[in-house]
Amino acid sequence: MHCIESGNVAAAYGVKLARAQVIAAYPITPQTPLTEKLSEFVDGGEMQAEYIPVESEHSALAVCIAASSTGVRAFTATSANGLLYMSEQVHWAAGARLPIVMCVVNRGVGAPWTIWNDHQDSISQRDAGWIQVYACDHQQIIDTVIQAFYLAEAVSIPVMVCYDGYLLSHTYMPFDIPEAAQVDHFLPPFKPAYALDPSQPANLNTVTLPDIRPDIRGDLAPGYMEIRHNLHTDLRQAIENVAEIDARFKDTFGRGGCPHVEPYRSDDADFIAVCLGSLSYQLRDVADILRDEGLKTGVCGIRLYRPFPDEAVVDALAKAKGIVVFEKALSYGNQGALCGDIKAALYHSKQRPFVRNYIVGLGGREIKTADLLAAFRASCAQTDDETDTPQWIGLNL
Amino acid sequence: MGAKTTILNLPAEELVHPGTRACAGCGLGIVYRVGLKALGRDTILVVPPSCLTVLQGLYPIAATQLPCLNVTFASTAAAATGVLAALKVQGREHITVAAWAGDGGTSDIGIQALSGACERGDNFIFICYDNEAYMNTGVQRSGTTPRGAITTTTPIHGKPQHKKDMPRIMAAHGLSYVATGSAAYPLDLYDKIKKAKTMGGTKYIHLHTPCPPGWGFDTRYTVSVGRLAVETGLFDLYEIEEGVFHLTGPSARLVGKERKPVSAYFKTQSRFRALTQAHIAEMQQQVDETWAGYEK
Amino acid sequence: MGHPIFARKKSHSEPGPGDAGKTGSWRVRRPIIDLAICIPAKTNSMACFNCWLYCPDGVITRTIPPTIDYTYCKGCEICAEECPVDAIRMVEETELIKKEL
Repeated sequence: MHCIESGNVAAAYGVKLARAQVIAAYPITPQTPLTEKLSEFVDGGEMQAEYIPVESEHSALAVCIAASSTGVRAFTATSANGLLYMSEQVHWAAGARLPIVMCVVNRGVGAPWTIWNDHQDSISQRDAGWIQVYACDHQQIIDTVIQAFYLAEAVSIPVMVCYDGYLLSHTYMPFDIPEAAQVDHFLPPFKPAYALDPSQPANLNTVTLPDIRPDIRGDLAPGYMEIRHNLHTDLRQAIENVAEIDARFKDTFGRGGCPHVEPYRSDDADFIAVCLGSLSYQLRDVADILRDEGLKTGVCGIRLYRPFPDEAVVDALAKAKGIVVFEKALSYGNQGALCGDIKAALYHSKQRPFVRNYIVGLGGREIKTADLLAAFRASCAQTDDETDTPQWIGLNL
Repeated sequence: MGAKTTILNLPAEELVHPGTRACAGCGLGIVYRVGLKALGRDTILVVPPSCLTVLQGLYPIAATQLPCLNVTFASTAAAATGVLAALKVQGREHITVAAWAGDGGTSDIGIQALSGACERGDNFIFICYDNEAYMNTGVQRSGTTPRGAITTTTPIHGKPQHKKDMPRIMAAHGLSYVATGSAAYPLDLYDKIKKAKTMGGTKYIHLHTPCPPGWGFDTRYTVSVGRLAVETGLFDLYEIEEGVFHLTGPSARLVGKERKPVSAYFKTQSRFRALTQAHIAEMQQQVDETWAGYEK
Repeated sequence: MGHPIFARKKSHSEPGPGDAGKTGSWRVRRPIIDLAICIPAKTNSMACFNCWLYCPDGVITRTIPPTIDYTYCKGCEICAEECPVDAIRMVEETELIKKEL
């Protein structure tokens, strides 16, 4: 069914089609219309789910963790400070290997307060052990949410679906809402490996010693480090799962094909702009303009950010002369988070393009195509420049 | 209230394995062991970081024979809500959900989530075992530490503030059932938990749980110290059922009778060694006033 | 039984005794019940059982006579204190070891 709706509503339809069974929601701009839409679905009987109006984000993810541990499909959504408030739970859900799906409607973090878009919120959680995917338009939002539940349950790792606050959440675009029957065929009901059950009692997530010790049968059980090692290896394995699921989705719905990175005119490009989220589509205009000027430029949007699809990234970028990473977040005191990951991925490449880093759009600062153009053009010209520090676009000093 | 349970008809089955890491003489050992008998096997437990986390066992061995979810410190009540929501979806609402948290996890860091759950009326039992400090981490003061008690964070003069009245705070949420109990009166707390199972919405039970190392008394006296708290009127056993308050058991029997002086209680525990005569007199007066109120 | 493979990926503990090992080793003194004084033992009836009720570790049985599991008894002495007829005396473990030797 085709419609013209907001990004938040696209996400809500994704959750509805995925038949999430427990939804915990705490309002925060710019996520609120998503949770409002879900409560409309539930209250109106369109969706069979328990909708819990929790009293904080920390509790929102607590409800999901508990519901998922009891064996049902759980969902929540948040932004910025809400995500930071539940940060402890974010780490917990990953270590507890729970297939929770959460939408993060990207917004800058305080202090000072901002309600507008940047990526610092989700970037600050990238090390927690969640799968982290960025959607670039409304179709990707709804499609990714559906796939996220399948993926989470396949690998027992929670999935964060990120999309830009206001730029996507509150804008209207045409997109297709898949048929429920088709989604049911694609995404079967959740079958947990273990769920809390009096007939099979277990004590979940208690204190785990530094060293291994025997279980009740005398067999050696893993220690904390083994359990965390398993999370990491399963995350790395998930890179393949993401591609498989994307292929299955494409078979069923006819859309997809860019599970890890989303390239645009980058195959033969000398200079490639790289970024997360909807910015990649704005950068396509920039690449087109520069192509017209004779520069072979392209764009590579990173869709799967964690686990980091280094093979796909190196494949897409290593042959270029220069990479320009535009980011809406940074690792303060060092450089852009994505930039660091790109450099690390390229470190062992025989061919190593130069990598430039631009910080843009923090706190929703308008990102003008003209400014992007100037920066990209300048980077392409300075091939000998060894500057490592990120430059900032759009500052009004 | 129905017939009271006696020692002879208390269920024999032990739902906690022996050989736990709980201290010798642990008051929680008593209330947990008896409390689980009241809850029964068809229960899912939710437990935050606390002495109970340790008592229940370190991975991969569990002393508890019931399914249990360990959760972060602040989120006990929210997690209980989550378990309940899942059970509802699955049509398994016959399973009781019971949260067991210490006083810190209830009245300090846990109070926000607990208040939220109460306001939503989520149908689980929240049991606070109150050993009156953060005992698991080594006896730091909490909101329910009594006035004057020495803890590692009130090491010289004792806690200046009064004990937070958690049961009354819970009652203010309009809960169907709020009750206090004590490790010294296991049959009473058994009956209260059983009664809570029959009530709707969120139920709150506050258990006075003497702690030998934290309070400073020999392990032998856990029950007698708990008893003295009730006999002096410092800890009252009561129920607030649909907003109606009444004393129960030993506390009810104390109405109109002479109570032991509060000083008798303070003498038994080295944590009260910094109490001055003025403090003691003040606390005796408070107890007397409270009881005068009961006796009207 | 749990799911062994999946259990290796999470902290998933199964019920069993002795998480802290044989906690009987914590004892300095051992509770010994004098069956001549113990009410249920003496009267051969189901009566009293304070020791069973108050044991924090559940290592006493509600049987005639009550028995104590010394593998796990931590020697807290609550049973001795709460016995209404002083039927339980605390004996130094070292004395018992001497006797055994």
